Amino acid sequence: MTDVSENAIPENAIPENAVAEHAPGPIAERPTGRFARALDSDLAWRFRRSPLTVVAALVTVSMILAALLAPWIAPHNPHDPASLNLMNGFTPPMTANAFTGAEFLLGTDDQGRDVFSAILYGLRISLFVGFAAVGLAMLIGVTLGLIAGYVGGWPDTVIMRVADVQLTFPAILIAMLIFGVAKGFTPPELRNEMAIWVLILSIGLSDWVQFARTVRAAAMVEAKKDYVAAARLVGRSKAAIMLRHVAPNAMGPVLVIATISLALAIIAEATLSFLGVGAPPTQPSLGTLIRIGQRFLFSGEWWILLFPSLTLLVLALAVNLLGDWLRDALNPKLR
Amino acid sequence: MAAFIIRRLAQSVFVLLAVGLVAFGLFRFVGDPVDNMLGQERTMADIARVRAELGLDQPFLVQYARFLQGAVQGEFGVSYRLARPVSEILLERAPATLELALISAALAIGFGVALGVYTAIRRDGWLASVVMTVSLIGVSLPTFLIGILLIWVFSVELGWLPSFGRGETVDLGGWRTGLLTESGRRALILPAITLGLYQMTLIMRLVRSEMLEVLRADYIRFARARGLAERSINFRHALRNTLAPVITVTGLQLGSIIAFAIITETVFQWPGVGLLFINAIQVVDIPVMAAYLMVIGALFVLINLVVDILYVAIDPRLRADRTAAAR
Repeated sequence: MTDVSENAIPENAIPENAVAEHAPGPIAERPTGRFARALDSDLAWRFRRSPLTVVAALVTVSMILAALLAPWIAPHNPHDPASLNLMNGFTPPMTANAFTGAEFLLGTDDQGRDVFSAILYGLRISLFVGFAAVGLAMLIGVTLGLIAGYVGGWPDTVIMRVADVQLTFPAILIAMLIFGVAKGFTPPELRNEMAIWVLILSIGLSDWVQFARTVRAAAMVEAKKDYVAAARLVGRSKAAIMLRHVAPNAMGPVLVIATISLALAIIAEATLSFLGVGAPPTQPSLGTLIRIGQRFLFSGEWWILLFPSLTLLVLALAVNLLGDWLRDALNPKLR
Repeated sequence: MAAFIIRRLAQSVFVLLAVGLVAFGLFRFVGDPVDNMLGQERTMADIARVRAELGLDQPFLVQYARFLQGAVQGEFGVSYRLARPVSEILLERAPATLELALISAALAIGFGVALGVYTAIRRDGWLASVVMTVSLIGVSLPTFLIGILLIWVFSVELGWLPSFGRGETVDLGGWRTGLLTESGRRALILPAITLGLYQMTLIMRLVRSEMLEVLRADYIRFARARGLAERSINFRHALRNTLAPVITVTGLQLGSIIAFAIITETVFQWPGVGLLFINAIQVVDIPVMAAYLMVIGALFVLINLVVDILYVAIDPRLRADRTAAAR
């Protein structure tokens, strides 16, 4: 393998190189470190200029941190029956319980489970499912999109036909169907343990089309460029050109779609869990918590419902805002 | 045009066959319903008898042929959960879902187009900006949270409207309607708003952006120069030309409304097909799942076909494009 082709690949493909050319200041003054250069980039400059986006990013990052650190931050372990005291049941937020005198930041549910801790652990599951599902969708979509766009021919026709058909059905419906089918395939005694993975699979499979379409379009553009012709000329294999040359340059829009998909996946997960066809009661996600909380709406224990709902809403909104901003910031037409 | 329709028809049949294969795959390969139906206390003889009754002891091809034959005739077997013919249950539940979906669609189209036109004409008005901001929140809110929020405000706090069920229904020769009774109409309000809100914001934003684009066009300026009334320009010239894309999206949204009805029906315990489907998934009731899949598949294919043909029929510019693309 020759290294001639290395010149053909922009070293740090996206988004830095797309942005570096437009970075402010004369070239001589620009910082050299990777991190410093990222801070100096156009993208970072745009980011600092949009307060709403900064807030959205802070909210998203802190929620991810809270989810990761849940076992250390949470005052209680909601999955550990030993830490529950039934006497603490239905304690309103920030009030001392009438029997035990215990206080809970966001109150407790019917079994005396701390709502705040349950949300932290629920966030963990929601975010895990969201990220994993988007990862799966990205993997499938990018692979199929590259094949369709760069190889062309009948694989292209087959992949795009399937994508067209899938696109006519709403993603949430497809996710439900896949969930139902996959649930049918798992043996009944494993259904609860497998539910999270089944959930990831169904959301991931319902969401690959956008990735495939975008990457296909980008790959078709890249395939006609000179550097690909050059790579072919020096004798690199088709697979190598596709993976090492075309793929990095077709990835730009994928970041945007992934962010927007993350918001959609989090909402899809919550919806499925809320409907009772998602995360099992043993591993409650935000959607499961809302499902549980809805039961107490009429009896006046509003906090069991309100706080998980607000968490979901804020998370979805923040990720959505980030996605919107990213789409505009990376869109050369809007510069 | 004819070639285009034939191509689309062929594609539709292909999609339906694929959906049928998935539905049959469910039957053939997923789980053993006998476990669900008989529970813990069962003998080998019981199991063999029920398997024979359900036709599960037949070879693959026989089962496949029987399934396809049955599906075409609207026979989807017996629900494992309810122990009744699926087609019977579907027919019983369909009016509830169709009423809900049609009322929601009417709400969404009516308010969506009206608000879209308003926000486009009064682009800088304060009310238009309020509507646009609210619509942004409407798009970000998951459907089930909208439903819960409405229940909270209008059922729990204010006590104005019922939070679940259809109210009283009247039987019109097999079609149970809730539209003829007071309680039935009251029960419809919250679910219809929940289901229609998202589609309404979508239609509104689409009409607005299309309208803004059209209002910039030359022929609108000429119409204004000719001294036509503002009203006539907005509605007879501008709105008409925005409707083609709106019809497509609205038509496609009709399918989404039926799909999203699953969520709304669960929130409001609305006894429709969607709730049936969710309950079927929860206990892996294969015949119901397969039947729902087939029916919804056929419905989507039909809607897409009609929308595509309508689109070409409405917009003469597309006829040339489409036939060129088809070659």
